[in-house]
Amino acid sequence: MDQLEHFLSLLLKAVFVENLALAFFLGMCTFLAVSKNVKTALGLGVAVIVIQTITVPANNLIYTYLLKKDALGWTGISSLSGIDLEFLGLISYIGVIAAMVQILELILDRFFPPLYNALGIFLPLITVNCAILGGSLFMVERDYNFADSCVFGFGSGLGWAFAIAALAGIREKMKYSDVPDGLKGLGITFITVGLMSLAFMSFSGIQL
Amino acid sequence: MKPLRQLLDKMHPLFTKGGKLEPFYPLYEAGDTFLYTPGEITHGPSHVRDALDLKRMMITVVAALGPCILMAMWNTGYQANLVLDAGGVSVPEGWRGAVFSAIGLTANPDNHLANLLLGALYFVPLFLVSNIAGGLCEVIFSCIRNHEINEGFLVTGMLYPLTLPPTLPWWQAAIGIMFAVILAKEVFGGTGKNFINIALTGRAFLYFAYPSQISGDRVWVAADGYKLVDGYTGATSLGQLGSLDPANASMGMNAVTNSVAEGGLGMSWMDAFLGIIPGSMGETSALACLIGAVILIATGIGSWRVMAAVVLGALVTSGLLFAAGSDGNAVFAMPPHWHLVVGGFAFGTVFMATDPVSAAFSNGGKWVYGFLIGFMTILIRVINPAFPEGIMLAILFGNVFAPLIDYFFVQANIKRRLARTHVTA
Repeated sequence: MDQLEHFLSLLLKAVFVENLALAFFLGMCTFLAVSKNVKTALGLGVAVIVIQTITVPANNLIYTYLLKKDALGWTGISSLSGIDLEFLGLISYIGVIAAMVQILELILDRFFPPLYNALGIFLPLITVNCAILGGSLFMVERDYNFADSCVFGFGSGLGWAFAIAALAGIREKMKYSDVPDGLKGLGITFITVGLMSLAFMSFSGIQL
Repeated sequence: MKPLRQLLDKMHPLFTKGGKLEPFYPLYEAGDTFLYTPGEITHGPSHVRDALDLKRMMITVVAALGPCILMAMWNTGYQANLVLDAGGVSVPEGWRGAVFSAIGLTANPDNHLANLLLGALYFVPLFLVSNIAGGLCEVIFSCIRNHEINEGFLVTGMLYPLTLPPTLPWWQAAIGIMFAVILAKEVFGGTGKNFINIALTGRAFLYFAYPSQISGDRVWVAADGYKLVDGYTGATSLGQLGSLDPANASMGMNAVTNSVAEGGLGMSWMDAFLGIIPGSMGETSALACLIGAVILIATGIGSWRVMAAVVLGALVTSGLLFAAGSDGNAVFAMPPHWHLVVGGFAFGTVFMATDPVSAAFSNGGKWVYGFLIGFMTILIRVINPAFPEGIMLAILFGNVFAPLIDYFFVQANIKRRLARTHVTA
């Protein structure tokens, strides 16, 4: 029961309190660029959830069993124990993310071509999306164990998906707005995101 | 009335194309349509004939706000007079005192006229400052961008000061409303084109920019110059419960209902319902908001679905949390019927959540939207120690998700109708 409560609070924290897009402003490039309509945004949101849920636990395994100080002790080779490979962290996480995105791209291309076309260049760009890498780095920084990182990966992806879907909804509604020429496009989107994160401030300070 | 019409007609050429004062046409237009029925018809292809135009709609909201405004002034004065009277002071300090003694009134909480007047001396300046500062931004934008000035601003200018504490410095009120009018409304194109509630954006901006003037125990009672006397804390019930030491959490609601001598606030449910409690100026009286709600629902301006859903969401959530209870957090002990009358809940539900522009459009969506607001309000109040009051942020949160909620309802409708007509998409 305690364990369940712990996972639930971790999930809620990842989705709302520490929302990657609106509290940390991570993954902004895709967040702003692929939020013109809800359908595509939902597709990208699902892609991010999937990628996050896979990469954060995968990176957790790599970190715990390969990179962390003394991580190689499980091999039983005495010369390997005590080695600290943490400096390889960034490059290994990126590698894992890139591989996962490639696989997802193949799957989408084969089974959901409309979504694949709609996402276009932004799907491969998820590889360098800071929200994804940020998720893995938060996992390391906060010392999550494997189960925690599964929950956190899913939660942070879900929070990002919520945020981009909400932004896309607002931008669809804003078709009826009359924005000054100088602000059209990205300018007004930045203001919108700012106002959205004002609303998300409601969660800041919640201790779970 | 005829000379006035003739005067306006005579001025008309000045403001039309080629006239000397052409850039100020929106100002002329606003004055003209304020006084007379406009002779214009819709410009776009869809023509709807209806006696209910934007102007009448907005004026109805202003009328519905009447009881709240009266109550705001009376209660602000009453709370201040209570403190002054208890401190043995007969006239407030500063220019307000000068006005007071010129009329020959004293700070007597039993004198309704004195209460109303002192409250007005706090409310009216804030009201004027908000309207002038916000109105100026509106006029500049409409002159440059050539759109009409309309009554939408009047409602924002009316709602916004009602959400402020009486002690707020005037310059802060001006900054807040300017931020809101420019960044939440005018950059999106003016009335009806924004996605987020304008008055609440202004208040939220102040809340995060100048927290010490808009939260805490000191700001709700306007008794400037005088330390709050012993036995009178000036705290709101939510603030009191939220800041209660975990060791004393077992006091629960007694921390509010006990008399002041026993460490409470001496507040009863009826006080909170009528609005004889400290708080933001317009929000304290649930009764005044209820009268406003009746007017809005009867005229069809405010959505009863949204209001019902917010109340439902709040009742369900607070009921569950009340039943769950907590050892260290006293806010859990606030029963559901209290949650409805304290803080800005009633005001926000009736006037802010129902804002037709930023709320959900579809009928089903309104239920979801309202429920989300009610749920979030109680959640923020109870489990977020950073904010004692939640309705403001909850409504902004609801605004953010309203378009998405609508999207799903519209898609579901499309799907259902396609299935009904046996058309394959």
